[in-house]
Amino acid sequence: MASDAPLLEVSGISKAFPGVQALSSVDFVLHRGEVVALIGENGAGKSTLMKVLAGVHRPDAGLLRLLGQAVELRGPADALARGIALIHQELSLCDNLTVAAAVYLGAEMRKGPFLRERAMQHGARAVLAQVGLHVDPRQLVATLSPGQKQLLEIGRALRAEARVLIMDEPTSSLTQVEAERLFEVTDELRRRGVGIVYISHRLGEVSRLADRVVGLRDGRNSGEIPGREATHERMVSLMVGRTLSQEQRPSHSPGEVVLRVRGVRTAAFPEACVDFEVRSGEVVGIAGLLGSGRSELLRALFGADRALAGQIEVGGVPLQRHGPAAAAAAGLVLAPEDRKLQGLVLGMSVRDNLSLPTLHRRGRFIDRAYERDLCARSIAELGIRTAGGGQVVGSLSGGNQQKVVLGKWLAANPKVLVLDEPTRGVDVGARAEIYARLHELAGAGLAVLFVSSELEEVLSLADRVLVLNHGRIAGELPRARLSEETIMMLATGMEVA
Amino acid sequence: MKKILGIAALLVVIALTTTWLSWDASSQSYTFLSGYNLQNLLQRIGMFGVLSIAAAFVIVTGGIDLSIGSVVCVAGCMLPWLLRDHGVPPLLAMPIVLLLCAAIGLWHGLLIVGLGLQPFVVTLCGLLLYRGVMRAFTGDQTMGLGGTADGLRWLATGRIPITESFGLPAPLLVLALVAVVTSIFWTRTVAGRHLFALGRNEEAARFAGVATGRLTVLAYVLCSLLAGLGGCLFVLDVNSAQASSFGNFYELYAIAGAVLGGVALRGGEGMVLGVVLGACLMQLLQNTINLVADSNQLEFAVVGAVILAGAAVDEGVRRFFRRRR
Repeated sequence: MASDAPLLEVSGISKAFPGVQALSSVDFVLHRGEVVALIGENGAGKSTLMKVLAGVHRPDAGLLRLLGQAVELRGPADALARGIALIHQELSLCDNLTVAAAVYLGAEMRKGPFLRERAMQHGARAVLAQVGLHVDPRQLVATLSPGQKQLLEIGRALRAEARVLIMDEPTSSLTQVEAERLFEVTDELRRRGVGIVYISHRLGEVSRLADRVVGLRDGRNSGEIPGREATHERMVSLMVGRTLSQEQRPSHSPGEVVLRVRGVRTAAFPEACVDFEVRSGEVVGIAGLLGSGRSELLRALFGADRALAGQIEVGGVPLQRHGPAAAAAAGLVLAPEDRKLQGLVLGMSVRDNLSLPTLHRRGRFIDRAYERDLCARSIAELGIRTAGGGQVVGSLSGGNQQKVVLGKWLAANPKVLVLDEPTRGVDVGARAEIYARLHELAGAGLAVLFVSSELEEVLSLADRVLVLNHGRIAGELPRARLSEETIMMLATGMEVA
Repeated sequence: MKKILGIAALLVVIALTTTWLSWDASSQSYTFLSGYNLQNLLQRIGMFGVLSIAAAFVIVTGGIDLSIGSVVCVAGCMLPWLLRDHGVPPLLAMPIVLLLCAAIGLWHGLLIVGLGLQPFVVTLCGLLLYRGVMRAFTGDQTMGLGGTADGLRWLATGRIPITESFGLPAPLLVLALVAVVTSIFWTRTVAGRHLFALGRNEEAARFAGVATGRLTVLAYVLCSLLAGLGGCLFVLDVNSAQASSFGNFYELYAIAGAVLGGVALRGGEGMVLGVVLGACLMQLLQNTINLVADSNQLEFAVVGAVILAGAAVDEGVRRFFRRRR
C-alpha cells in the first residue's frame, strides 16, 4: 500500500433518490492532517455525500478508497469501525446516558455480557481531556451545554480512533466561546493527522479553518479553491454559480411609531427594564451575546412568555390581553428562533401551515378557496420552492421553510414583524432572497424587528441596532455608527465613545 | 431516584391511612394488618409486579404493549389445556406455554421492526386477536386445572411460613427473582445499556453501531414471555380460566404500575425498583378499596383519581423547584 495514498478518496460517486439525482459523479479527496470544507446551498448534495461517506447511504455508482484501498461501507457502524466518524448537525446523543456511556456507546468495554463501568469512566475521562472537556464521566449527557455535547461527540470519535472526521454544521448551536474552543480542537486534530471534512454555512469559519474548499452545486462538483484564497465572494460564487450583487441597501424613510415598548421586564432579567420604539418602514436589529436576553425579550413582546411588567403598544393601542393570539390580532407577529419546533407544524402541508394563523378569521369552517389563494400567492411572492401546496413542510429546505413562516405571518397583515434569527440554517441564496423581501416589506411601511447572532447579518440588514447586555439596552447604534467593533463593545459592557 | 422516593412515600402514606381506616371494633384489630390480608396483598403484588416489569421492558424502548392481558389469557387457557386435556407433565407444560408466549412477542417485534408498524397498532390488534382466538378455541368454556398441577401450583399459592398466620407468598419470590435479574440486565449489561440508549434516541444508537432492531425484538419477546409467566401464575392461583374475562384489563394495570414507578413513556428511563413499587401501589389501592368500601364499584375511579393526583403533584413539585432555581 502506497503510503502517500490519500486518506480518503471518493471518485465518481452517484446517488439517486426517488425523483432526485442527489449526487452525480462527485469526486473528492482528503489527505492526512487536512481540513477540507464542503460548501454548497441546501439541496446541493452535501448531506447525501456526507451520509455516503459515513456509510448511511450506499452509492449507486462510484468508488470509495480508504488509504488507497477500495472499501464498501455496510453501515454507519462499519464506517466507524474503519475510522470514519460523523459528527451530526442535529446533536445526536442519547441524553439519558452518562457521559462515559455515551463515549463508549456501541463499543462498550465488557466482561462477558457485563459492563466495565469503572474502566469506561477512566477511558472517557482520558479521551475527553484530549478535547479539553473536563466533566464528570458519571454525569448525564442531558446536563451538558450544546458546546460540551459537540466536544463529547468528537471525543467519541477519538475513542473510536477515527482517522476521518465529518463535521456537519458543528457550530450551529454553539456560543462564540464554544465555537472558538471547537476550532482549537480542530486545529489540534489536524496536527495529529486526522482528516476533517467540514461542512458549514458560516463562510467566516470556513476561511478560518479550511486548507481547501470544495464546492457542490446540484449534486456535482462546482470547483475547488485553496483555503488561503477562499474569500467570501469566491466561495459564494462557487456555491451559487453567480456572483450575488453585494446588496445595495435600499434606504428606508421611517414613518410613525408603530411599536412602543415601555418598562418591559422579563423573567430572565427581572431587574432590567427595556424601553424602545420602532417606526413603520424601519428595520431594527437587536444584537447581544448569547444569553443577553434577546430571545426572551422577543418572546415577551409576542406574549409567548409572560412579561413581568411593562406595556407594549402596537399602532398606538396598548396590548390588553396576554398571549400570541392577542399579539397577532393586534398586528405583532413573531417568526421564532426554532423553526422546527415553534415556527411550523413540520408534518403538515405548506398550504395548511400558511393558513394556520389566519384561518379562524375566515369563519368557523375551513375556507378552502382562501387557503388555495393564499398558498398560490405566497409561493409566487416569496419564491417558495415546493412541489406544490400539498407538500409536507418538513421536507423543504431550511430557506424555504423560513419563507413559509414569513408567508403565514404576512397573511395576517402585521404592522410589526418580529424575527428571531431570521436566517438560521438558511443557505446563501435563500438568505439573499429573504433579505430582499424584508427590505421590500419595510419599504412598504412594515416595521421589522429582528434578533441575530450573526453580526454580518445585523450589519447588512438593520437601519438601527439595539445592543442588549444582561437584559438591558446597553446602547443604540444608528446605521452610520454600525460596525462589528461598536456592537461587540456594547455587547460586552464597554462604553462606546 | 427522586421519583422513587416520592412513590415510596406515597406508598407509606396510603398504607398508614388504610391501616387506620381498617380498624375493626368487633375484633379490636386492624384488618389491614392481619396476616391473611397482608399475605394476599403480597401475593397479588408478586403476580401483577411481573406484568409491570413485562410492560416496562417495552416502554423503555419507547414502545408499548397493549396485549399483555390477552397474553395472560393465552397462558391461562393453554396451561390447563395441556395439563388436563392432554396430560402433558407439568414440568413440560409450563415451558411450552412460555415458549408460545415468547413466540407471540417475537411476532410483535418482527411486525414492529421488520414491517415498521406502530407498536400501539400491533399490540392493540394483538389484544383483540389473542383473546378472540382463545374464546373460539375454548368455546368460551372454563378451562380448569383439576388436580393436574398440584405440584406446580405451589408457585402461585405456596408460602414460606413466618408466623402462624403469615408467610411470604411464592409469587412474591418469583417477582423478586424476576426483578433482580431484570435489574442486572438493565444496569449492568451491554445489552441493557443499548436498550436504554435506543429508547431515548434510536437514530443515535444505530449510528453508534447498536443493533437496535434485534434489541427491540428482544424487548417484545421478553415482555410477552413475562406476561405468559404472569398468566401461568394467575391460572395456577385460581385453578381455572375463562377466556372471555381472564386477564381482562391487566395490560392497563401493568402499564400503570410501570409508569407510576417512573418509567417514562417516551422511553429510555426507568428503574426496576420503581416498577415494583408502582405495582405495589396499584395493588395497595385495590386492597384499600376492598377493606374500606363495602363494594368495589369505585375501584377504577379511585385508582384513576390517585394516579392522576400523583402525576399532578409530581409535575407541580417539579415546576415549583424549577422556578426556585
